[in-house]
Amino acid sequence: MTPFAFDRAGDLPAALRAGGAPGARFLAGGTNLVDLMKYGVEAPRRLVDLGPLDGLRRVEETPDGGLRIGALVTNADCAAHPLVMERAPLLASAILHGATPQLRNMATTGGNLLQRTRCYYFYDTATACNKRAPGTGCPAREGVNRIHAILGHSEHCIATHPSDMCVALAALEAVVEVEGPGGARRIPMADFHRLPDDAPERDTTLAHGEVITAVAIPPDRFGSHHTYLKLRDRLSYAFALVSVAVGVGMEGTAIREARIALGGVAHKPWRREEAEAAMRGLAPEAAGERAAAILLEGARGFSHNAFKIELARRAIGRAVRQAASGTPQHHANKVIL
Amino acid sequence: MLTERHVGRPRSRVDGPLKVTGRAKYAADYATNGLLHAVVVTAPIAKGRIARMDTARAEAVPGVLRVFTHENRPRTAWFDRSWQDQVGPPGSPFRPLYDDRVHFALQPAALVVAEEFEVARHAAGLVGMECEAETPETDLKRAMTEAYVPPKRRSGIAPPPKPRGDEAKAFAAAPVRLREQYGIATEFHNAMEPHATTVIWKDGELIIHDKTQGAQNSQDWVCSIFGLAKSKVRVVSPFVGGAFGSGLRPGPQLFLAVMAALSLERSVKLVLHRDHHFGLMHRPETFVTVGLGATPEGKLCSVQVEAVAATSRFEDHQEVVVNWPGLLYDVENAAFDYRLAQLDTHTPSDMRAPGAPLGMFAAESALDELAAKIGICPMELRLLNHADEDRNDGKNFTSKELRAAYQVAADRFGWRHRSPEPRSMREGQELIGWGMATGVWEAQTVKMSASILLRADGTAEVRCGTADIGTGTYTILSQIAAEELGLPLPAVNTLLNDSAYPAAQVEGGSWTAASAGTAVQLCARSLKEKLLKAARGITNSPLASATMEEVRFTGGRIVLARDPSHAVTLAACFRELGEEKIEVEETATPGLLSKMRYSSYAHAAVFAEVRVDEELGQVRVTRVVNAVAAGRILNPKTARSQILGGVVFGIGQALHEEGIPDHALGRWMNHNMAEYHLPVNADVPAVEVIFVEERDALTSPIGVKGLGEIGIVGTAAAIANAIHHATGKRLRGLPMTLDKVLPR
Amino acid sequence: MPDATPPAEPALALPPPLTLALTVNGARHAVEIRPWTTLLDLLRDRLHLTGTKKGCDQGQCGACTVILDGKRVNACLVLAATRPGSEVRTVEGLEGPDGALHPLQAAFIEHDAFQCGYCTPGQLCSGVALIGEGHAGSAEEIREWMSGNICRCGAYPHIVEAIREVAGR
Repeated sequence: MTPFAFDRAGDLPAALRAGGAPGARFLAGGTNLVDLMKYGVEAPRRLVDLGPLDGLRRVEETPDGGLRIGALVTNADCAAHPLVMERAPLLASAILHGATPQLRNMATTGGNLLQRTRCYYFYDTATACNKRAPGTGCPAREGVNRIHAILGHSEHCIATHPSDMCVALAALEAVVEVEGPGGARRIPMADFHRLPDDAPERDTTLAHGEVITAVAIPPDRFGSHHTYLKLRDRLSYAFALVSVAVGVGMEGTAIREARIALGGVAHKPWRREEAEAAMRGLAPEAAGERAAAILLEGARGFSHNAFKIELARRAIGRAVRQAASGTPQHHANKVIL
Repeated sequence: MLTERHVGRPRSRVDGPLKVTGRAKYAADYATNGLLHAVVVTAPIAKGRIARMDTARAEAVPGVLRVFTHENRPRTAWFDRSWQDQVGPPGSPFRPLYDDRVHFALQPAALVVAEEFEVARHAAGLVGMECEAETPETDLKRAMTEAYVPPKRRSGIAPPPKPRGDEAKAFAAAPVRLREQYGIATEFHNAMEPHATTVIWKDGELIIHDKTQGAQNSQDWVCSIFGLAKSKVRVVSPFVGGAFGSGLRPGPQLFLAVMAALSLERSVKLVLHRDHHFGLMHRPETFVTVGLGATPEGKLCSVQVEAVAATSRFEDHQEVVVNWPGLLYDVENAAFDYRLAQLDTHTPSDMRAPGAPLGMFAAESALDELAAKIGICPMELRLLNHADEDRNDGKNFTSKELRAAYQVAADRFGWRHRSPEPRSMREGQELIGWGMATGVWEAQTVKMSASILLRADGTAEVRCGTADIGTGTYTILSQIAAEELGLPLPAVNTLLNDSAYPAAQVEGGSWTAASAGTAVQLCARSLKEKLLKAARGITNSPLASATMEEVRFTGGRIVLARDPSHAVTLAACFRELGEEKIEVEETATPGLLSKMRYSSYAHAAVFAEVRVDEELGQVRVTRVVNAVAAGRILNPKTARSQILGGVVFGIGQALHEEGIPDHALGRWMNHNMAEYHLPVNADVPAVEVIFVEERDALTSPIGVKGLGEIGIVGTAAAIANAIHHATGKRLRGLPMTLDKVLPR
Repeated sequence: MPDATPPAEPALALPPPLTLALTVNGARHAVEIRPWTTLLDLLRDRLHLTGTKKGCDQGQCGACTVILDGKRVNACLVLAATRPGSEVRTVEGLEGPDGALHPLQAAFIEHDAFQCGYCTPGQLCSGVALIGEGHAGSAEEIREWMSGNICRCGAYPHIVEAIREVAGR
């Protein structure tokens, strides 16, 4: 780690003042930032520890029947919170499919939104990487890319977003609440993460000095008709090769309404409203096929990851069937339903 | 007394209380006042030279004492000979900071030493290097066009057997023929304890705590390189957090820490970062081609095994890969070939059962393919070709209860309920597959010495230079000594892996129990002779004319077996001797005569069940039964753990473990434990381990064959065969990751 | 992990030390540390509680698991300065006040739930926390909720048995 100044923010205004300094970064659970600092990938000159801001550690109901999850609520507390389990079980399930109990006890809602890619080259400071060192190149394109993106990649970057939680938040149409020097703003999940384009060093649309305060989740519309299906290289403690978060509203045996997002395939949770619209009125099998066709439109693999296209197609079909039948995949049950 | 029968009984690990309380001390757990912390800086390229090294900024950081590089390193011995160790292969060993050459990715290129760990790590990031890169070769597929037979054999590694019969002719004439190539990816040991060395420096004398499978190997190496007298260097490593072969050869961390301590005249600790291990130790990628000729009934007419394994450009690392099917199966015509191909990597290291799971994955997969082709049960095929003698060497086996192992494992597994057709067993959306394979590993003994110190109060200390890397050596040596001397188990304290202890070879090869166990038994017997002699000498001794055959040692006494009222206490023997304690040291040497006349191997029958999601290709191993015939089992409890550990290693080899190289960079890209996947708890099912009774007085004096390796050997093949049975898909490359299993 | 790419920024002075008060296994400590010191290095290098192990230093293995304010965490990823006033329980604090082994420690010995012992302190802290969390209801559940602790010796089935036994009491 490179030396850094250390602030423990007493309150949010103090945190915003300290966090606005050049080279400053906010620190929450530390599971990703401290990891990257040890690898020399991140070298903040000032760390602003948000730990004392207990006000950001609450899960509360919103007047419309939705939820507001404070940015410092840990992944473990979020997944185990009765309100989350009742109103956003898809979120709880996605969280429990990620990382480990230890990491989930530390990692926070806000921090997880800012989790950085697991691209090998991004992590290895002896190699080039446009995300870590803009302009140096993207060796993953011609190199080792089994875990990389099949959608939305650019010539500059083919990294994926590694979070499970964010895939569920995308499907749930959550809104990220932010405070900054310029005041508060609300960013829909669809606009929070970016595609790499020609600036892969920017993962999100958050501005420097802005801090995430909460994530707002609309009222639940899916009941037990949801699932988080994750495929990975070992049965736990591994990042997704492909994951699918789905919630559906049913009318008889047909899908009335659907929300669906993919993980492990792009620089952000991958969601297409057209796919969700096309699922309306269809039986689960047909809805899955239509959704897959639209979601995977233009998908292009590289030398090692083309299998993800077919894997994602099948995983979408399976997940839609699971959701439609109201049998969500349980994180501890390794038999895929 | 029941409490004195220990050998063959399940006993809890005697070092258990230290390990569950955190009191067991590993190499990095030692400290002293003023201990310095060292951090390695690695080269950013895989091949070429370091043109310029900039250490000024690192040295300017407050608290940094020195940055060592090839430009300023102290003078030490640099001849190849001085860098040889007990087990290294032929060649020129890697010498850290030797010169400006970079031979492999993640090569240590500088060492930063500072007062605090974080200061050293920070300064390490400030060391600048300008490199002239050359094009590295890490692709075995390309390099194997220049494969060669190693000109110099590695000591202790059996060369490929001589050909027998006429394999080519027999293969050409065989009614059923099969010839396929199998591949096994590079694997990394990843013992949980990182490689670490703490050097306690005191007035030029060193106490070294090193992660090593042989304290004396480390001591010899340090003395040889730095020109130190053995009296000035003691290596003390009582606990080793796993090694699996990675601690056989002394590692760069040992050299670098000692170099820094001697130069700075301070105590130094160096713990390698997890990622750096990936550059320094691995199981070599290997391609194995197997050709089988058979009759329509399944009798083998010919076997051909050819392997090409990766090695470095500076050493010819060799393993026993191709020999196994030739001794396991009865076949008239056989040919074997083993070659190496050079890559720009570090030299491979022995890793759990080096060679065997590679050759046996290929051979046991090929047999499964043959069974499917002919349409007979895979186990029947093996029984049909079972070898009653070792035809590679023309010797009898000391014992081989493999038939019994097949039978008992098959029964326990329920093999007879297997429906032979692939894709014929399923539950819900999962296809169920059952596969089996054979495991084999040589039972070896090496020269080892041990000592026992027995006190008049009936307590004893066993000492041996070898190590317990989790294998249970502390426990079984205590059991042997306690049983021989008629003492309760807690009365015996075993002490290991200290260069001051009786000489022993490195812990490895599954030879430790047989070798060190025999040495301890010899010590106990020698002690008993001395004690009985003393007992006979006591005035009016009730054992005045007793011979060793007529007495038993029990409950701290020597007792006449036919009349227990005739007894002498050990305390009385000590009084007679006029001593408070006596100590004996004995050496066990391999029985060369028996080795010339017999072959000795441990065998295993492994049966595995997998469940494969038909649509998504997710594989779950749901059941493994491993029946092992390995001579006498000293402690069924710790023995079971050894086999279980081998099976889990095999699951990793089958499904997960793979070094992923970027050939353009010559670099493993998943060089960390997040992206190099070891099996986690969720990946491992209930595993049943069965020990088949096997009496063998020839393999070693205590009848033991060793258990550290045999558990892994057939496991990956059994899982591959099960995946074929489940899906109909034959996967010939390990690991069998989801993308390979995924049906088209 | 350090590498050989010199950073663009000039080296700063070392971060100034700060005083941290915390309780470890019931004993209060006030130590002067720099903000970059992890809880793991604080325990091992400053408090000489070396029972907690460093396996990867990056949150990839679980060997450093301790119980921090009642929750199991990877001590290697916690900057100690972020947890003033916290209570830490390590493997050295699992035994009872009378020195008797915690039931899970005893069960680990009885079930031979380790070989080399290096991951064991982390497994034990994780297992003790797991039982407290109520995630030890079945072998399947234990396997999933113990998957953050890698054991290269492969003692997993024995670890599951030991936890089941203690959780079932």
